[in-house]
Amino acid sequence: MNRIPQIFLLIAFATGVALIPVLTSNEYILRVSADTMLYVLLATGLNVAVGWAGLLDLGYVAFYGFAAYLYAELASPHYGIHWPLWATLSIVMGSTLLLGYLFALPSRRLRGDYLAIVTLFFGQIFVTFTTQGYRWDWLGLGSIHDVTGGPTGLTQVDPWRIFGHELTQVRDYLWAALAGFVVISIALTFANRSRTGRAWRALRDDPLAAEVMSMPVNWMMLLAVAVGAGVAGYAGAINGAYYQGVFPTSFAFPTLITVYAMVILGGAGSLPGVVVGAVLVNVTLEVLRNPDHSRWVFYVLLLAGLAAKIRPWRALAAVLGGVVAFGLVVHAIVGAVWPRGTAGPISSGIFGFTTHGWLAVALRHWLVLPKNTYEVANYQIGNVAFITLIALLLTLTVVKGVWRFVLLVPTIWTAAFVWETRLIEESPTTRPLLLGVILIVLMTVRPQGLLGTPRVEIT
Amino acid sequence: MSTNKEDPLLELRGVSLSFGGLRVIDDLDVAVGKHEIVSLIGPNGAGKTTVFNLITGIYKPAAGDILFEGQSLVGLPAHRIADRGVARTFQTLRLFLNMTVKENVLAAQYGRTNATLLEQMLQLPRARREEKQMQERAAEQLAFFGERLMGYRWNQPAYSLSYANRRRLEIARAMATGARLLLLDEPAAGMNPVETQEITELIGKLRDDGGYTILLIEHDMHVIEGISDRVVALDHGVKIAEGSFEEVATDPRVVEAYLGTAEATTK
Repeated sequence: MNRIPQIFLLIAFATGVALIPVLTSNEYILRVSADTMLYVLLATGLNVAVGWAGLLDLGYVAFYGFAAYLYAELASPHYGIHWPLWATLSIVMGSTLLLGYLFALPSRRLRGDYLAIVTLFFGQIFVTFTTQGYRWDWLGLGSIHDVTGGPTGLTQVDPWRIFGHELTQVRDYLWAALAGFVVISIALTFANRSRTGRAWRALRDDPLAAEVMSMPVNWMMLLAVAVGAGVAGYAGAINGAYYQGVFPTSFAFPTLITVYAMVILGGAGSLPGVVVGAVLVNVTLEVLRNPDHSRWVFYVLLLAGLAAKIRPWRALAAVLGGVVAFGLVVHAIVGAVWPRGTAGPISSGIFGFTTHGWLAVALRHWLVLPKNTYEVANYQIGNVAFITLIALLLTLTVVKGVWRFVLLVPTIWTAAFVWETRLIEESPTTRPLLLGVILIVLMTVRPQGLLGTPRVEIT
Repeated sequence: MSTNKEDPLLELRGVSLSFGGLRVIDDLDVAVGKHEIVSLIGPNGAGKTTVFNLITGIYKPAAGDILFEGQSLVGLPAHRIADRGVARTFQTLRLFLNMTVKENVLAAQYGRTNATLLEQMLQLPRARREEKQMQERAAEQLAFFGERLMGYRWNQPAYSLSYANRRRLEIARAMATGARLLLLDEPAAGMNPVETQEITELIGKLRDDGGYTILLIEHDMHVIEGISDRVVALDHGVKIAEGSFEEVATDPRVVEAYLGTAEATTK
């Protein structure tokens, strides 16, 4: 991948994305594509500070939010301002760049954990400010202003208007984000291959040596944060118009974690890498919305984890055989004693129930799924099982030798039980959970990320 | 060399530094003339590397002044001191390990170039011209080391280099800043006798062909004897001797600093 000139990768990627609206008119696919392109932009911007300059900037998403809010303030009935797009866009991107600079100014001497703490604090302030900013009392004079719209945000935000043409379709914003990405990625690639890019990488490897070798590291740091913020500024200006509104929750911690996951998974420091990371993570998160899909991910991860951890293979075979047998025995016993206990269906979350597919059939004969499991009144079954699972897992960490394998059998079965009776219904919880597991697995196998270069810290 | 000493390139005047209550450098006077090779010797903990840290702006002297080409370096940020023409290597090796050999040398030319970030992003003429110059200079600097840092090694990450080559690359990187004064902190440390001989010749070549002035910290007396114009001996941050290698090596105070006094050894 690193052998192919980046310009070909960019052309291939841009052509592919640009053709999506031509090839399909499916609204869902278009929405996911546009969301993904926004994340691609965000990951590209974050990569400048995190990947190239090696700065752990945890306030990044505040730039995105600031730009979205600023766009909404300047292009909505909130203040009745409706300037032309070029003016609004310049102000938004310029202000966000400046905010990045000002934001990095007090922390320019900080590195590593210290920088992370301070920037996280700035990020949190932004969320608090937007949530509380609907009753702003300037100078305590008693006249209350609504600046940010509070928890419900700002709505009725104007769409972009280019040459008299209003961008109202999802595909318009997909193209707008893509066009911005093409320009930004080319500019950033040139910067990365020039003196500034090399100074960023030098700063990442050894700030003291970089300073002594004529690079002004504090300035380099300000520049990296500001440039990243500028990119987030463009994404933010699209965000406001595309969703026709801005809301504080969109710019909170979960968004930050998602963008970081993209950068790390794709390979911090590699521009093609973070693009791949952004696409993979966002598409995975979409796929996991459907419980029938997340079920597959869950069992494949479970099996892969066992296969990677248990040696020799005879022990693995014994554990897997034990798990199957254990389930069948429990199913038979419960079925004989309490027939209703095995009469439950396989949940498909909001989509109802799954009856087809060999996995569903197999699960129905292997697990114990009481009737009406999915009614709120019966949630305790899953909850009790969940606590049991935690107890089993804790016990697993203290027992040794063959008992470990023996105990592993009911633990795995209980995990599957908890999954089917409880977690499958909670896709907002299970999506980040599964993504986290995927990230952990990938980071163990490939710490530098998919397309990243392995880095040496000390030798 | 005495004429050079009259008009020194680098001059430390009564420089002092304390860490808490501990005097690390005490009223130190050192002058390095143009095209001179001056060696700084002394037992471990004598304050030799601290002198380098003071000159390069990592520490600020509590008293005294440091002059380079007649102008004070005190209070300047470290990168400005590099711009003035002072560069160093590190005893503990601080290369940009994850950058390639060539990139290490390119990065150090930051202070000699002026293209703004916008010019780089748009690849405007000045950015392209400077980039071309940087590439040429990098090739030139690396060629100074003969075959050692040439060819396929250019595009290898610095961490893949051998120990001796890392020391060479540190010197190349210091040269790339455009410095006229090189501060070399134990360039022969950890090298075998053949490599030590090679680096000694190289330091001579740096002065003779490269036109550099060199202030050197070294423990290997063969290196010092071979190339020093003058030797300055430090102990506990105080200059205890200065002169030719023979003068300093036979100075009773230097012998005492390294080996202890006769009474102390017999006690």
